[in-house]
Parts: sequence; C-alpha cells; structure tokens
Amino acid sequence: MEYIIIIISAIFVNNIVLSQFLGVCPFLGVSNKLSTATGMSGAVCFVITLATLVTYLLNKYLLVPFGLEFLQTIAFILVIASLVQMVEIVLKKISPSLYQALGIFLPLITTNCAVLGVAITVVTKDFTFGAESHMLNLGQAIVYAVATSIGYGLAMVLFAGLREHLALNEVPKSFRGLPIAFITVGILALAFLGFSGIV
Amino acid sequence: MAAKSNLKNMALCLTLVCLVCSAILAVVYAVTYDPIQAAEKKALEESIGRVLPDGGELSDVSTAEFGGQKFDYYVSTADGTPAAYAVKSTTVGFGGPLTLMVGVLPDGTVYNTSVLSHSETPGLGAKCNTDAKFMSQWEGLGPDKVIKVTKDGGDIDAITASTITSRAYSLAVSNAVAFVKSIVKAEEE
Amino acid sequence: MSKWSTFTDGFVKNNPTFVLVLGMCPTLATTTSAINGLEMGLATLFVLVLSNIVISLIAPMVPDKVHIPVYIVVIATFVTVLQFIMQAYTPDAYKTLGLFIPLIVVNCIVLGRAEAFANKHGVLDSLLDGIGVGLGFTVSLTVIGIVREILGSGSVFGWKFIPGDGILAFVMAPGAFLVLGYLMVLFNKYLKRS
Repeated sequence: MEYIIIIISAIFVNNIVLSQFLGVCPFLGVSNKLSTATGMSGAVCFVITLATLVTYLLNKYLLVPFGLEFLQTIAFILVIASLVQMVEIVLKKISPSLYQALGIFLPLITTNCAVLGVAITVVTKDFTFGAESHMLNLGQAIVYAVATSIGYGLAMVLFAGLREHLALNEVPKSFRGLPIAFITVGILALAFLGFSGIV
Repeated sequence: MAAKSNLKNMALCLTLVCLVCSAILAVVYAVTYDPIQAAEKKALEESIGRVLPDGGELSDVSTAEFGGQKFDYYVSTADGTPAAYAVKSTTVGFGGPLTLMVGVLPDGTVYNTSVLSHSETPGLGAKCNTDAKFMSQWEGLGPDKVIKVTKDGGDIDAITASTITSRAYSLAVSNAVAFVKSIVKAEEE
Repeated sequence: MSKWSTFTDGFVKNNPTFVLVLGMCPTLATTTSAINGLEMGLATLFVLVLSNIVISLIAPMVPDKVHIPVYIVVIATFVTVLQFIMQAYTPDAYKTLGLFIPLIVVNCIVLGRAEAFANKHGVLDSLLDGIGVGLGFTVSLTVIGIVREILGSGSVFGWKFIPGDGILAFVMAPGAFLVLGYLMVLFNKYLKRS
C-alpha cells in the first residue's frame, strides 16, 4: 500500500516539474521535439535511480555513522557528477546504440537539480502514509526515485507534444519562444493541480 | 589560462581542493554549531513561552507514551504544583507532518497553541499559522468544548477550503489534551 | 569593457532570469511572496560572489580537464557554509526556502558565471560580475514575488492592502509559470530592444 501511495503521489500529485519545480531548465531546453524529450526522460530516469541508490547508502553507512552530515551537499554532488561520467563510459563500451540515444543528454544531467533534489529529499524529508509519516527505507527510496522520474518523463512528453503543435501556430511577437512556453506549462500545471488531494 | 592536464596534476589538484574544502567546512561547522543549537533552543523556548501562562518554573523535556504515540512535554510549576503543560504534538496534515506546541492547563483547558513546523499548501492550509480567526479560537478553549471541526460535530471553525489541515490541527490539540489528562490522573494516584 | 558595464550588464542585457533564462527552479519555487524571493536572491548572491572570487583566483592553477569538478566542489563548499550561517542566524528563512538552499549548487547561474566569466577574468572584475548578476537575479525574483503576492494574497512584503483571499492559483505552482511567462513578455516588449 505504501508503495502505491509513493508512486501515485510522485507521478501525479507532487509532479517533480509541475509542482516541485525541479529540473525546469532541461525541461524547457529539450522539449522542442517529442523524440529528444523521450531520450532525455530515459537518461534522467536512469541517473536519478542510480544516484538515489548510491547517495542513500553513502548517507546511511558513511556520513551518518561518522557524524559527517555537514558534507552531505558536497558529497552528493560529487557522487552524481562521477556517476554521470561513469555511466557515460560504461554505456559507450557495452551498448553503443543506447549511448547514441542517451549520450548527448548525459553531461546535461549533472546540473539537473532534479537529481540532487531527489537525493536530498529522500534522506531528509518525512513522507506521509495515511495517518502517519516516516522516512523512506531503501526499497521505498528506489520506488520513489523511479516514480519521480516517470513523472518527469510524463510531464516532458506531454509538454513536448503541446510544443510541437505550438510551433505550427502564429504567436504574437513578444510571446514567441520561452514566454509562450512558460504560459503553456502554467496551464499544464493548473491541470495537474486537479490531482491534489487524491492521496 | 588553465594549466596543462596530466594524470598527476589532475589527481593532485582534485585531492587538494577536496581536502581544503572539507577542512573549511569542518571549521565552519564547528564555529556555527553552538549558534545553531542556540537558535533552535530559542525557537523552541519562544513557542513554549507563547503557549503557557507567564510565570512558573519550566522543567526540562520529558517524554512519555500515550495511545501508541510518543510525546515530548514540558511542565511549568508554580508554588510546587504543576500549573501548565506544553506538549509537542504531531499529526499528518494535507501536505505532510504538522507539528504543534500545545499549552494545556491541568483541568484540560487549552491555554494556547503554536505551529512548530508544517508543509501545508501556501495560501490554503498554511493559514493555520497566520489566520488570526482560526488561531484565536484555541486561546483558552475550555474542557467542555469538543475539539473537532464543526463539520465533524465539534466546536472548531475550520479554515475555509482547508478542512483536512483544520482536522489535523484539531486532532493534534485533542491528542495533547488527552495526553495531559492522562499525566494529571497518573500524578493524582 | 569598463568596470561599470561589467557591473550593470547583469541587470538588463544579461539579466539571468528574463534574458538568459537560467536558474529557473528556485525562481519558480521560492517566489510565493516578495520576501521569499528577496531572501532566495540574496542567498544566491552570497554564493555567486564568493565562488566567483575564489574561482578567478584558482583558475590558472587548475588543470583543464578537471576544472568542472573543482568548480563544483568550491561552489558546494560555499553553499554548505551558507546553510550553516542561515541555520544559525536566520532559521526562519532557512525553513521557508528549504531544499532550494542546497540546490544552489546546481543553479546554472553560479556554474555558468564561473565558466563564462570568472575563469577568464581577474578578481576585481569577477567580484563585480558576481554582484551584478546576483543583484539582477535578486531583483527579478523580488519582482516575481511581488506580482505573485499581490495577485495571490493581496499584499506586498506582508502588508495587506486588498481585503479577501486573493487568487489562490498564483501562490501555487501554476501561477509561478504564468507570472514568469507574462513578465517575460513585458520584458521583451519594453526593455530588450534598448
């Protein structure tokens, strides 16, 4: 039951882009075309899940026992940066086709605040399940990471679809480019507001 | 311009920067440790001060279990007898945990309440911390009152469009009152 | 480039929010009120100025291939220092801004200025650039905060002048995107050409 709550809440109710504002820069940057949007979502999903797993273990078995929580931010960002590098190298070696699909997005992910945001949220925030709340355990943390990145992909694909249509329309000059994109996201976020309260 | 890279100077540079940065952080951590503790203590004391009557000597924190939940509480003593209790009470609101400090007199009257932390929606549930009308109804709420929102047949007017937050708030207060009643009863015996 | 234009470029020509469109996450998330926007802007300014200074000093000594990790470590250090200082002296602001303080590390503005400016210029220029861009960011955030607070709560900096509840959506997530979108339109129309 707790897993279902985590999944629904992370994908719809607390959608990472539309309600928590994480990862907005790449969200706007690569959502021009549906194909790049799906590629980026795949890469983000991969990195967020892996990064959450590593930072969760790092925090629990290294930082907390030695009283080094004050190194949390710095340690997490280093883990994410080197993880992205490693994923890039490994992918290149073992699956050149996947590397071709995701490769160009990987370097962008280091500075995607969704990754660091999820890693920090998982180790600091209490989550709510019905009438009680507690920190996530490892399994729940992973589920949360996967669900969050599915939510990221969902928002990205929806938005890319809208933008492809938008490109075909005549837009007033001052609205062209990003302003109309922001207004479109605003309306999409309004729609997602309808999910609030279901868990 | 940047120096030429080779394996030796790359490794050296990274190690050095990490060491220096960790050292700086360790120093800043040590220097700000006391002020951070002091700030937390001050915030806690202020919230206790707000929910308890003036005067009286404040005890250190004690913890007790009641109804399957652990409560931190502070006793204010006047002339050797407990005059009021400040209880830290947590329930789940709309956006996440809602933690209150509730001041309760021995007869079960709520003296006052204050919000320690919440994650309610800004402009809606977050009003439990700012809405004067909602907050003032807790002051001196007598033991004869039913601590539930009017929708559930109680005496508390909920914040407009934020019934879930108001319910969570009411539950936190009524838990605290029930908890204090149980301590008072235990002390009498 | 004169010192003065180094300083003022961050306001209009290179305004981080409306022209460069960098650092969107804190821009959208923390501007629920004017005061929150101002605090977030100042927090970013602090990190930006210090990291610009240090990076302009160490840049000549850092091997080319590891410069990004080194800059990130430097920035993360100042962010953590800021976290401690805020926890100690402005605990309320720290609580409100929450997750977005540690996330300054991945704010593209800070790393962007380090890459685009501080590693090629002297200490004084980098300091001025940091202050200019930081203030540009702070002013933008405060403006967005003011607009959202007026529409959403009928007040400015907590001073209420329109009775009633305001339009709730502007305090919540959708309002952030809408206000930023329309402010960008105004910025394009009236300021960008000059």
